[in-house]
Amino acid sequence: MTGFRINLSYLAFMLHRCSGLALVCFLPFHFLVLGLGLEDAAALDEMLVFTQQPLVKFGEWVLVVLFSLHLLLGLRVLVMEWAPWPHQGGLRSGWVILAGLIALALGWLFLDGVIS
Amino acid sequence: MPHLTVRIWRGADEGEYQSFSVPMRENQTVLDVVSEVQRSQDQSLSYRFACRVGVCGSCAMMVNGKPRWTCRTHIRSLKSGVVTIAPLRNMPRIKDLVTDMSGFIDKWGKAGNVFESERDRRDAPVAVDPSSPRRKAADAAIECINCGVCHAACDVVSWNDSYLGPAALNRAWSLVNDERHSRKKETMAAAMGDGGCGNCHSQGNCMAACPIGLSPTRSIAGLKKMSLMSLLGGSDV
Ligand code: SF4
Ligand code: SF4
Ligand code: FES
Repeated sequence: MTGFRINLSYLAFMLHRCSGLALVCFLPFHFLVLGLGLEDAAALDEMLVFTQQPLVKFGEWVLVVLFSLHLLLGLRVLVMEWAPWPHQGGLRSGWVILAGLIALALGWLFLDGVIS
Repeated sequence: MPHLTVRIWRGADEGEYQSFSVPMRENQTVLDVVSEVQRSQDQSLSYRFACRVGVCGSCAMMVNGKPRWTCRTHIRSLKSGVVTIAPLRNMPRIKDLVTDMSGFIDKWGKAGNVFESERDRRDAPVAVDPSSPRRKAADAAIECINCGVCHAACDVVSWNDSYLGPAALNRAWSLVNDERHSRKKETMAAAMGDGGCGNCHSQGNCMAACPIGLSPTRSIAGLKKMSLMSLLGGSDV
């Protein structure tokens, strides 16, 4: 990022884009696994055992964080485009940091087993 | 006297940086440095300026990677012993620091930015209430002097040739909110059509760079909302 791009709103755009792309890559696998569950319970069980491996768990954690981030940053864009701007500089830049913190908190909850 | 190293772009789209050494002074803008190089070291250096006081907007260049008005940028504020000066981004280069701004200006037209009134000089002027929300929206966008700094700061402009860009759309926003403008529907259609407001990703680079603190991002957000409302049939454009 060069000079003029050091701006939280630009960072938000990049995070939103990249998390969106990562989710697009992940979703087909997600549906594949769900489909397996419908067709063949044993295959699903095997898959669920596979997901207990540490590396896979870590991957899931990344997904939870990315998904939360994508959702929150998308909400920010919706608010920016629909709600009135309080003043000229109403980019809601602080929300970008807040979104990052909430996403990490949700990731922590996931690791803690609350929503695993 | 201490000296400052300035790297200045020479050539057109093909070219290279040339280094100059310029005496450092107590009070010195980037434009002063470019003028000093042109007057005392290389008279063939081409650049644009007019007012020297932040009124005309013609002196915009990339300074250390940022688009800025060079007449309003003090060397001191850059806090750097080496200053790199290049022509504005997202525009074809003609020579040295001079860009071809015709594409940028054409986009103003393509965004429907031609004011038209149904009245003539025999009619009474329209009474405009300065406190109405419409007028306030137009006022917030109206001070643009067409310098091209925001256009140079926008990545979507560099990714998508047909994107009209922050300046043109900001102007369209002030027109669709102007009670005296009689072709609001046409302006709106141009601003929400191909290359229009829907392309903006709300990156906010334009508003971070605008030297007078305008917010094209806000204007474009307004256009997006208005275009959706007009699709849903709820807009009074
Ligand atoms: S909005 Fe600001 S940066 Fe953009 S052209 Fe107008 S004055 Fe220049
Ligand atoms: S807010 Fe829109 S117009 Fe402004 S720099 Fe970003 S993408 Fe470009
Ligand atoms: S020379 Fe007019 S704005 Fe810089």
